[in-house]
Formats: sequence, C-alpha cells, structure tokens
Amino acid sequence: MIVILVLAVLPRTTCAVDPAVLAAEAKRIGVASRLASSVVAIFSRGGQGGGSGVLITSDGYALTNFHVTRGAGTFMKCGLNNGQLYDAVIVGIDPTGDVALVKLLGRDDFPHAQLGDSDKLKVGDWTFAMGNPFLLATDFQPTVTYGIVSGLHRYQYPAGTILEYTDCIQVDTSINPGNSGGPLFSAGGQLVGINGRGSFEKRGRVNSGAGYAISINQIKLFMDHLRSGRVVDHATLGATVVTREDGAVVVDGILDESEAFRRGLREGDEIISFAGRSLRSVNQFKNILGIYPKGWKLPLVFRRDQVRTEVMLRLRGLHRASELTGQPRANRPRPGKPRPGQPPGRPKRQPRRGRRPPPAKPPEKYKHLFVKKTGFANFYFNLQEQKRVLSGVPRLGDFGSAAGAWVLAGKTAAGDPFQLTLADAGVGLSWKQKAYFQELKSAEPLDEPKGSGGFLYAMQMWKTFLANRAKGFGEFYYLGSEPLDGTGDRVDVLISELGNVRCRWYLDRKQGRLLGFDSRREEDTDECEVRLTGDVESGGRHWPKAIAVRSGGQPVATFGVTTVTIGKGVAK
Amino acid sequence: MTAIRVLGMVFTLVASIVVWPSSAVGQSVHSTIQRVQQRTVKVFGAGGIKRLHSYSTGFVVSSAGHVATVWSHVLDTEELTVVLADGRKIRAKVLGAEPQLDLAVLELNAEALELPAWDLEADSSDAGPGTRVLGFSNMFRVATGDEMVSVLHGVVAAKAPLATRSGAFETSYEGTAYIVDAVTNNPGAGGGVLTTRGGRLLGMIGKELRNAASNTWVNYAVPISELKQPIQQIIAGKYRARQRGADDKDAVPRFRPLEFGIVLVPDVLFRTPAFIDRVQPGSVAATAGLQPDDLVLFVNGDLVQSCRVLKRRLGRLDAGGTLKLTVRRGDKLVPVELPVPDKPLTPAPGQPKTKPSAGSK
Repeated sequence: MIVILVLAVLPRTTCAVDPAVLAAEAKRIGVASRLASSVVAIFSRGGQGGGSGVLITSDGYALTNFHVTRGAGTFMKCGLNNGQLYDAVIVGIDPTGDVALVKLLGRDDFPHAQLGDSDKLKVGDWTFAMGNPFLLATDFQPTVTYGIVSGLHRYQYPAGTILEYTDCIQVDTSINPGNSGGPLFSAGGQLVGINGRGSFEKRGRVNSGAGYAISINQIKLFMDHLRSGRVVDHATLGATVVTREDGAVVVDGILDESEAFRRGLREGDEIISFAGRSLRSVNQFKNILGIYPKGWKLPLVFRRDQVRTEVMLRLRGLHRASELTGQPRANRPRPGKPRPGQPPGRPKRQPRRGRRPPPAKPPEKYKHLFVKKTGFANFYFNLQEQKRVLSGVPRLGDFGSAAGAWVLAGKTAAGDPFQLTLADAGVGLSWKQKAYFQELKSAEPLDEPKGSGGFLYAMQMWKTFLANRAKGFGEFYYLGSEPLDGTGDRVDVLISELGNVRCRWYLDRKQGRLLGFDSRREEDTDECEVRLTGDVESGGRHWPKAIAVRSGGQPVATFGVTTVTIGKGVAK
Repeated sequence: MTAIRVLGMVFTLVASIVVWPSSAVGQSVHSTIQRVQQRTVKVFGAGGIKRLHSYSTGFVVSSAGHVATVWSHVLDTEELTVVLADGRKIRAKVLGAEPQLDLAVLELNAEALELPAWDLEADSSDAGPGTRVLGFSNMFRVATGDEMVSVLHGVVAAKAPLATRSGAFETSYEGTAYIVDAVTNNPGAGGGVLTTRGGRLLGMIGKELRNAASNTWVNYAVPISELKQPIQQIIAGKYRARQRGADDKDAVPRFRPLEFGIVLVPDVLFRTPAFIDRVQPGSVAATAGLQPDDLVLFVNGDLVQSCRVLKRRLGRLDAGGTLKLTVRRGDKLVPVELPVPDKPLTPAPGQPKTKPSAGSK
C-alpha cells in the first residue's frame, strides 16, 4: 500500500510539468504576441540609427524617447511586426523627460497598446520589455525580454545633458541599446513605462541588471502637452531643498521672484507635503517635481515655528527656451550630492553634434504635416489642436460684430452694484463708490483695482479673445491640458501673448466652453484669475452670469452680471 | 501500530509534496521581497576615487545591530555609515572579519535597535542548480535615502568551487559558490543577499569578479553555510581567523617587495593597507619614483586591498616584463612602471633576509 501510494505520487510531482507552469507560460506567450503588433521599430530616414517605440492610439500616435528622435529628424520610418514600413512625423518632444510623441501615417486603424497605471506596480512584479535592441529587428519583429521590477520611484541624475529620469521604474528586464523608446508592459499587457536608460559601467554597453523606464503616469501628465507639437518643459519650484539631520526636508534657497516666495515660503521652512505626497527626502522632492509639466499648479504645505501654511503654486519652467533646443546644460549645478561610480548612460549611441548627417527630404505626400516654428517640434499639430479646442467657442455667439463698448452691469456677491465698461479707448469699472480706469492706447497694463492682478486689462484680453481669438494676439497657441486651479477637472489650455501680457485660457474638454482665464501683466507677478460661470443670453450672445476674480491666493470679488449692453456706454 | 505510524508519515510526506509548491507560490513574492528588504542595509564608506565605489550592501544578522557584509576597501574608514531599510543612518565599526571568506561583521553604534534580523539557523537554506532566486543589493547606489535596495531575479546555474586562476581571476574566496544567471554582482552589490523566492537565505553576494582573459564577469554568492559559523563567532567575540590555506603557506613566492626595493609597512592587521614604508636608495622602486607613504592600489590593473594581497600578487609575477603599479600619493593617483627581474627568486627561504623594521613609520 505504501509502495502504491509513493508510485502514484512520484511521477506526478517529479516528471510532469505543473499545469500552473504551463498555464503561466501560455499566458506569457499570449500577452507577448498580442502586444507585439503595437511595438514600433524606429529608423531615421537616413537609416543612420534608430530605436523603439509603441503605438498608443489607432490614428497612429506613438511614444518613444527624445534621444531616439533627436537623431532621426522630422520624418522617420517606422516598422511594425506586420512587416510594413510606415512614414512617421514628429509631433512633440520633452527633452528633459526624454520623451517624444510621433505619429505614424497612412492608417487610422493601427493596433495600439493600452495605457496602464504605473503607480500600481510593485517591486517584484513581472514586466515585458519589447523593442529593437541592437537594431536586430530587421524584419520588425520586436525582441521580448522578461524580468521584474527592481525598484520604484528611482531618481536618475542628468547625465551631462538635460535628460533627467525622475520617479522612474527600475527593472532587471534586459534593456539594451536600441530598446530606447520601447514599451515596458506589465504582466497583464498594460503599458506602464517607456524604456530609456540603464546603468552601464565596466561591462560595456550591455545590460548589467539595471534598466530604467519613464513611468507612463508621468507621460500621461504630459500627453496633451506633447500633442500640442511643442518642445515641452518640466518644472521647478524656484526653491532648493536639503534634508536636515532629523530627516526633515527644508528650504535652503529660494528665488525672490518665484511664486513660492510671494506666497511666503522662506529659507529654513520645513516642507511637509508637495502635490499631496508627504516628503521624507530630497530625492523624493525631485521625484514629485520631476513628473509635472511647467505651469501646473500644485499644493505645497510648509511649516515655520509650528505654524502650518498651505499654498497653491504655479510651477516655473526648469529651463530657458535655448536650453531645450539642444544645448547641454553645462553650467547648471547638479542638485544634491554627486554620485561617483554611477554614470548611467543612455542605451543608445548619440550622434555627435556637428557630425549629424543632413536631414533626409520629407516624403512629398506628407510634407504638409510639418510646420516649422521656434519653440515647437511641429507647429502643424498645434494648429490642429487649436481648431479642436476652439470648436465650441462660436456657439457663444458672434462677438466679432459687437462693435463699440461692452457694458456689463449687476451686483457683486457682496451686494455692491457695479458697472464694467469695455470700450475701445479704455476699460472702466465703477464699484463700491469708486471708479477705476485702464487706458488702452498708450498706458501700460495696470494693477487696477489694486491687488486684483490687473482685472481691467484682463477683461480687455477677454474681449479680444471673444471678438478676434488668435488674430487679436501676438502669439496664440495650444498648451496642453491641466487640472483647473490645480485640483479641478482637466481642461484644455490655450496661451495668448500681447506685449508682456500673457493669458492662459481654460476650456472645457467636452463642450469647449470657456471656463475662465488667468492674465499676467508681466513676468513674476501675481495673475488675475478670472472664472466664468452661468449663462446670460443677450442679443444672441451668451455672457457669463458670474465673473469670479482672485489674485495672489485671495478672492477679489465675484461680479454677478444682470445686464449687458453693446455699443452705447463710454468709459470714463 | 508501526505500520500505521509509517503510513501516517507517508501521508504527511505526500501532503507536503503536494502542498509545498502551491503554498510557496501562495506566499506572494511581494511579501518575500518586503521581508528581505527590511533585513538588508546599505553600507557607505571609503572609496569614491576613480572606479572604486564607496558603497556596498549588508544584511542584518542580529536584532541588536550586527550586519554581515563583504570585506572590501569600503570598510577602510573610520567614517562607516549604515543606512537601514527604514532610512535611518547609523555609524558602524568593523567588529571582525574573515578575509578568506570575504566576510566582515559590522557593529552598529546605536542602542536598543530591535532590528528585523536574519536567523542564520532557521531562515537559511541550501539550493541546487535550477532553483529560482532573488538577489538584493545596493547595486550602482540606485537606491538613495530611505529607498529600498534593488531586487533581481534569476536561477542558480551551478553550485561549484570558485577556483582562482592566476591571470584570469583572483578572489580571496575559493570555496563553493552559487553561480547565478542574473547580473547580481554589480558595483556596490557585494554583501547583498541571495534568497529563494520563498525568502530562504542562500548566500551573500560576492564582489565583482572579472575573468581578465575573457573579459567576462562571474555572478556568484558565498553560501550562508560557509559564513554562518564565522558570523556567529565574530559576534560572540570568539572568532579566530582561519589558518592560511596550504597554497599560501607552501607556495614559493617568485618575487618579494624587497626585490624591487620596496619596504612595506608592518603587516599587523588582518588587512593592512599596502602603504610603502621605505624605498631602498638605488633600487628600481627609487628609480621609478616611488616614495614612502605611497599607498599601492593596483597591481597590473587589479585592485590590491592589503599588504598580504600585494605580496601574493608579487609572488605570482612572471619573470621579465613590466610591473605596473598605481599608487595614491596625497590626493593623486600616480601610475608607476617597474621592470620585473628576469630571474625569479631562487631559493625558497623560510624567512626573508631583511625583515621590515616594525614601528618605523
């Protein structure tokens, strides 16, 4: 009986493969073959180099590394695993985050990956890396490597360039030169990162157990910015921090002109939380900051002498425009301690500047898909996005024909009557027994009423936007999307510039409604924040029912509009 | 009666065969990782010049604060810091070491730590080829601040003796080692741990090891069974360094420092830094410009960690050719070349003719 038992058990446990193992294998094979169709092999048009990428929409948008497209030029060739080679055009680039968005052309039914949630990854999770390591995929069949997440929220210092990997995913999944720009998938096949870097040291430029991927959650924050066709920038707080002996993160330097300074942050203050995440180290601070685009508003909580202060700050740009267009950041001191023995190279050979081959001619059929403009990777896509975002504005009515002065009258939320007159010569406001005036022909934009951030001039910008849109401004472009006031729904953002005055226009993503705007008289001053709600119809035009104004973190007033008159009133 | 008891045992055996694999899978690898990471520390010490990393890894072997780590140049400092898994930074000192096992035990300078620690008896295990393993280390110093160490996955490729081959690779550890298919032995990974996916401690990740002939790298770990006793004895204060291997005792050194005119400082520690005490006037060392107080760091490109290693390297030199040394002089690294005599030392003397005079430094 004993013998029988043992015989019955042994063959099953020692020889036969556990069905669970076979099932796991089959699942892996299934996921890999399903994902392969979304993986892109990227070649520069001259065939000089290349890398990898991954399709994320059916109309051909694909993610890759900036350092892959930098050498590839405006138009490139992309191979898919069906053996077909497609033309592709650059859309937007993020040189700091090492991300680029390209668009494959010629189909509207491209297979594509599903974006996952990289914050759900855990150390030890299995991942697939797919791509074109060592440019082996001459038949465009991607190479698959499989490994685990080795670490999360890693920070990788800039390596002689402005590239900086913040909050990135460390994997032992083999990442090699040519994998750059390719997808990192979760075990379930969701896109969780873009592979781009590795720790290489003594063993040559081959994987040495540590590869790094940019988290897809960071890229999601930048996605609309990239679709804008711009050269996008990351953010800085305008303050530097150090970790104190007791582990607290404290401010050790702050720019006088930063918004953080204007909101009261000073040297020596302890930062408790940033963007809703509590802080325990300088690296963590950099990790949080690094995933946000320039211009986002984030909450910051700091403490001084046991007093806790919570402020909402708009982040400054990390670089000057010239730095983003290819100049290495040679003079910028490295933050924190240098890390000897960790020169994490990028897993792709960089064409040396000056020796780059001349860009290949764009394909005749698609050359209209590229529009050159300073500050943009491809202005063509910005024009497309502007069209999309502004499509809902005409529904408000024809404001271009509303010649003469616009007079809005009513009561503020506090019960004070007001009259706002927007005339050609100037803007006037009578409110609380006082009159305010902004001349338009010659005077500079004023902070009128005081502390409003220039409400009168802001309303002039509003009139210009409604009546003339892009034509009324010196510069006008689509920025991308961001949460309204840092915490609200994602809204589309348009930028207008006229002289020194820069406005950010916020539009609802579904109906294209104008939700409000921020007008800044000059750099490093508090904006006048105007939020528009409700609907008053007058003369076939839709006017806001309430105009809420804030500046410098404080409310100014909410103007309730009851009557609108066109062409009569004269500003005092 | 006996039959029933035996039958019962067989049932237990069968049950364990059937249940064990699934329960091992059931105990998530994530909880294994968490448990091991809490017992792994980052060690920061000497180095930072050239390609010498100043960081390594260690694992906690007593809740009172003893850390086992790899014996390397990183420990060559008074300013040794250990960063615990929770981010706390604590000063440490070397309590004892066994250079032949590449093992050192550190004592943390803090009271009432109550750290999560490995129980070397109950938590450790042995594994054969094919076993799936995880490697934990502070490699490349990726994990800074309070971040947890990196985790790699792999398979034990072999459990085999790590034989030193002159000219190919040299290691102070020459016993049986786990050879793994993952790139576990990176800069700073030494002193990390190799575990099963179920979290059983298998070994301590060794230093980086390169085969100079083929320019390939070996990823290995020293089995915990080799380290267990010395670790426990060092903690107990009862440890005596092993006798030198037969190789060291009997080998006929081909050359000694004196042949080049170099007098090293007295070899009094188990790992005395290879400082030059005196240079004999008119010797090749003097001609080459070597000076007293130069610290010999590299011999023919290989790191030299002590007087003993330097003597061993010189002892194995081939006659003729050139001896390339890199010494540290003040803040500078100075390369020096010396001609190697054509004829190796002929007799095998019991004692060198001239003893370095003690205490002259």
